[in-house]
Amino acid sequence: MEVRPPVPQVPPAVWSEFKDLQEWEKHHQERGTDDKTSNTLAAIADAIHHMPGGWIVTTSTDKIFNWARQSSIWPVTFGLACCAIEMMATFASRFDVERFGMVPWASPRHSDLMIVSGTVTIKMAPMLKRIYDQMPDPKWVVSMGSCANSGGPFRHGYHVVKGVDRVVPVDVYVPGCPPTPDSLMYGLLKLKEQVAEFQKTGQRSTTADRE
Amino acid sequence: MTSADASARIRERFGVEPTAEGGALGVALPRERWLAFGRFASDELGCRYFNWLSAIDWKEQGLEVLCRVENLDAGLVVTARTKLGARETRCASLVPVWRGADWMERECYDMFGVVFEGHPDPRRILLAEDWEGHPLRKDYAVDTPLAPYR
Repeated sequence: MEVRPPVPQVPPAVWSEFKDLQEWEKHHQERGTDDKTSNTLAAIADAIHHMPGGWIVTTSTDKIFNWARQSSIWPVTFGLACCAIEMMATFASRFDVERFGMVPWASPRHSDLMIVSGTVTIKMAPMLKRIYDQMPDPKWVVSMGSCANSGGPFRHGYHVVKGVDRVVPVDVYVPGCPPTPDSLMYGLLKLKEQVAEFQKTGQRSTTADRE
Repeated sequence: MTSADASARIRERFGVEPTAEGGALGVALPRERWLAFGRFASDELGCRYFNWLSAIDWKEQGLEVLCRVENLDAGLVVTARTKLGARETRCASLVPVWRGADWMERECYDMFGVVFEGHPDPRRILLAEDWEGHPLRKDYAVDTPLAPYR
């Protein structure tokens, strides 16, 4: 019997081995094309959609799925700065986003929404990106407050990301410094409208779609 | 130990004239005598409390390192300063005298790039380890496209 030497294990790449975000994304953020289940489901959905009259099935399935999606948007509990206080007030009983089906959840693996509440520093940006990567598709991002929108009063500092949309794609921007719970709730309702328009059963959102 | 006593001893020992800066004694030193003054202030003036250490960038004149130490029993406050000179970044570390200088000097290195010789752990403290440049220097351009998220 032939004895083979052990195959050397290549350690998985980590963030610090990459020079910039583009390189990291190229390595890590590209979606796998060899996911058989997803490919089959997408092919089935496409086939149904392109059959004569099949769009009635897919669009009504979309409607049902989107109703489910927009009725249970779970934001990941992720507070960065003073905006997080207003976010907590929005989650709490007086404003109570739970009546929209939003449960602040302490794990990105079960969440659909990330509310970026506060200043994103350059040191924090990789962690924010990692949490975003850990959330399952489809996922949405609300940028809350001036700092997350554009850098805000710290825009000319040396350490601040000038808008969180340089790190993750953003769906709704809520202005304010900090936004009141009412403003954030308005933004979340706008997001619900956006989720209701989410297209195509089984289709994964890509960066190219958002741009 | 009163402020006048301390002034006299500093004048006698280091040959510089202490100035009154508010309630503090300002002492401008040559950079070679920085550590010697630290030991003197700690042992002979009784300044056991290290308040802070920072730096100023005077552009073409170079960096200036400041520190404030206090004798809390006598109410004596000394602000020592030393100009490093143009394009000079080396300075003696005060950690052998005050352990509290450790993080202050690391922050000073982080922000101004002052290299403290004799520091036990000279690395960045606040910024990421792969950060390029020292942001509180006057010639640091904030919009330099260095980090990925700029």
